[in-house]
Amino acid sequence: MKFGVVVNEGPYTHQASDSAYQFTKEAIAQGHEIIRVFFYHDGVNNGTRLTVPPGDDRHIQNNWSELAKEHNLDMVVCIAAAQRRGILDENEAKRQGKDADNIAEGFRISGLGQLIEAGIQADRLVTFGD
Amino acid sequence: MSILHTVNKSPFQKNDLTSCLAHANDDDAVLMIEDGVYGAIKGTQAASQIAAAGATVFVLGVDLAARGISEDKVADGVSVVGYDGFVKLAAEHHAVNSWL
Repeated sequence: MKFGVVVNEGPYTHQASDSAYQFTKEAIAQGHEIIRVFFYHDGVNNGTRLTVPPGDDRHIQNNWSELAKEHNLDMVVCIAAAQRRGILDENEAKRQGKDADNIAEGFRISGLGQLIEAGIQADRLVTFGD
Repeated sequence: MSILHTVNKSPFQKNDLTSCLAHANDDDAVLMIEDGVYGAIKGTQAASQIAAAGATVFVLGVDLAARGISEDKVADGVSVVGYDGFVKLAAEHHAVNSWL
């Protein structure tokens, strides 16, 4: 079955990023296809590579990046939400005249159309947030 | 068309669980996750609402454990599931509605 996952909350806020990660991992383990993980609103903060959590804490951004690498996940960060919160890839940093980018490995910046498409293509769209 | 409803707020904080149970059809499932698991504790008003509801009610065991709620405190009629059960419930129902 095709699943789409939406993450509307930032990391280390309540529990949504963790729940979404665990759900995605388990769905893959059960042989389902994750067609896209869409990061929206504060959820875009999961996609910065500059997070440095304490060593004995889980590294939410790394967890996502590793899961994406392992299973070839399409992880999309909403561009409008990302620009408001300072999440930029190389292209966007250049376009906006910023001196750095911070998008983490495995994430890509794209538009809300990607969420609509995931809603159409997935058999189930599961939203995590606050 | 049956729906899996997920509730992630404590019923002692928000009324999502009450609203959800009132909206859910008999062939729907309600899964309490995150702070929503506080709704699964026996002897509360939430437990009475669950007992009166037509939908089948589940609670995520790892989120119970993370809050120090042992499974013997879970109200009758609430089934404890893991993430494997969560994914299965999502697949078994036609849609997933997250009460955020």
